[in-house]
Amino acid sequence: MSTAAVTDKRGGSLSGARLPKWSPWAIAAGSVAVAVGIGLGAGLGSEVQWGLIAAILFVLGTYGVAARVEGRRQAKDRVATSLVWVAFLLAVVPLVSLVWTTVSRGVKVLDVHFLTHSMGIVADTETGGGIYHAIIGSLEQVGLATLIGAPIGVLTAVYLVEYGRGRLAQAVTFFVDVMTGIPSIVAGLFILSLMLILELDPFGFAGSLALAILMMPVVVRSTEEMLKLVPNELREASLALGVPKWRTILKVVLPTAIGGITTGVMLAIARIAGETAPVLLLVFGNPFINTDPFEGAQASLPLYIYQQYAAGGDAAYDRAWAASLTLIAFVMILNLVARGIARWKTPR
Amino acid sequence: MDISTTTDVPPSASPPSLTERKRAARGATRPGDRIFLGLSRGSGILLLVIMAAIAVFLTYRASLAISRDHGNFLTTFEWNTNLTPPSFGIAVLAFGTIVSSVIAMVIAVPVAVAIALFLTHYAPRRLSGPIAYVIDLLAAVPSIVYGLWGALILVPHLRGLYGWLDTYFGWTGILSWEEGAPRTMLAVGILLAIMILPIITNVSREVFRQVPRMHEEAALALGATRWEVVRMSVLPFGRSGVISASMLGLGRALGETMAVATVLSPDYDIHASLLNPGGGTFAQNIASKFGEASEQGRDALIASGLVLFVITLLVNGAARAIIARRKEYSGANA
Repeated sequence: MSTAAVTDKRGGSLSGARLPKWSPWAIAAGSVAVAVGIGLGAGLGSEVQWGLIAAILFVLGTYGVAARVEGRRQAKDRVATSLVWVAFLLAVVPLVSLVWTTVSRGVKVLDVHFLTHSMGIVADTETGGGIYHAIIGSLEQVGLATLIGAPIGVLTAVYLVEYGRGRLAQAVTFFVDVMTGIPSIVAGLFILSLMLILELDPFGFAGSLALAILMMPVVVRSTEEMLKLVPNELREASLALGVPKWRTILKVVLPTAIGGITTGVMLAIARIAGETAPVLLLVFGNPFINTDPFEGAQASLPLYIYQQYAAGGDAAYDRAWAASLTLIAFVMILNLVARGIARWKTPR
Repeated sequence: MDISTTTDVPPSASPPSLTERKRAARGATRPGDRIFLGLSRGSGILLLVIMAAIAVFLTYRASLAISRDHGNFLTTFEWNTNLTPPSFGIAVLAFGTIVSSVIAMVIAVPVAVAIALFLTHYAPRRLSGPIAYVIDLLAAVPSIVYGLWGALILVPHLRGLYGWLDTYFGWTGILSWEEGAPRTMLAVGILLAIMILPIITNVSREVFRQVPRMHEEAALALGATRWEVVRMSVLPFGRSGVISASMLGLGRALGETMAVATVLSPDYDIHASLLNPGGGTFAQNIASKFGEASEQGRDALIASGLVLFVITLLVNGAARAIIARRKEYSGANA
């Protein structure tokens, strides 16, 4: 090993010539300079085009220089490296833009007034108004959905891990997987078809049912993973003491995995809190405050964003961005807290 | 969990046959166990019932709609459900759904794989952790926010790209542009690509991480460059994982509703050019047409939703099958 290292340092016959470490930076600087030159010379107005020209020049330049000095294989390696970097930077642009726009446009009208007033007496074209009604609607619908979806999801996972064998467990596993991929709008249409048969008008709880359907498979998957992490020795110790199986599950298995289960449930809540499609079909939206999820149309945050966007005009767009910021903040906080719990309560 | 069958009963001196009989008797009679097993098995069965109910009710309402349809459900272009007799078909929607998803996949999969490689093999270790974390968070951004951003920020920025494509590739016919608002299939495809990027990246990254170190070290020891290591050991190992990740992304792109509904201005006709209006998607059509739909119209929308349901079932089923097959062989690679 040491001889190899020594040989490398000497740059003997075993290793080929290498480009110095600063060469990528030099090539990058050169290609940016040439791109700016071409851009100004040809009168290209858009910085995006300059960037593209620079990127292409950089990749070509790297290949040329490296092929000359280091050989073809090294050149290919360098091109691959630069392509991977370019792909990464390319993807960062829209994602940063998304977050930046939401924050910078969202803070414009986001204040206490916005959070504590509804759209009841404000026309969509006017300024003012707020998202109080939408927050209430969202909290109630998501809360009810969680009350339905989380226990069923956790119990199903318990069944799959602690009891599940044979055909039924296989079928449940398979359909949980399939259910994860159901488009949210299809879940909405399912509840809608029930409402058409029962001749019901839109109300908040209908949305909760659709959201619960979307939530269950997510909870089952994450809970299942967590329960599988619980060491068998714990179960065996408890059962060996003569504790019935159901008490073992309730008192030993679930408490051990509770951190992970909570995380999974919160991530599922974060997912359904942003769902618009089923709410659009089933809850319909309502500019007034309606605190009763079982009677009459309600609003919800994602739906509010859509309806403000559809209304058009600067005042409505501002409100849509502010509501987006609120929603993203809610989802992100849930995510961060969930991950915090996961880290803090990992089964050891 | 095999322990459940063997340790239910405290050890006793009785012969195995007797313990077995005793265990069967005890297990069956403990009321707590029976209730708990019933509850948890019931939840599992409930999930199956929900899936079955979704299929049954959608099919029922869809059959009502299709029986009233005066057009051909599969080949009619228009979507006029409020006429008497109604005339609607899914041809345009199927076209738009497939085209927009294909564009999204073509853009997103290579970029996502490159980012996954970047995170696992190229990025400085100090960077890759936080970036992976941020990408995780981006996967959680609600689709309506992507839609709002797409409609108000992305679409105006696409004019330059559309003009450029029209100038240089307009002759292909697929990329010619008539200077309309760029709210067309290409814009939708690009937005969907951005949306499914985090998911595909996450799953691919997990797969690339599991590449046995031995494979990579063996390649390095033979004098391979980093790219050759990736090509010879990482990509072959991760291929099925990347395929299933892409199909999960495809499933999301197919069913995406709000982002498409905000960005696309639908047109119930099919054009060759992706830059001119033409086509809609199943989910977008449901969201946009729902407000004006009568009960008859809603049934028609449910019929189109049933088609979407079946398509996503097939795509997701295929993705899961690939993952499952990979699991069987992964032991040999460790």
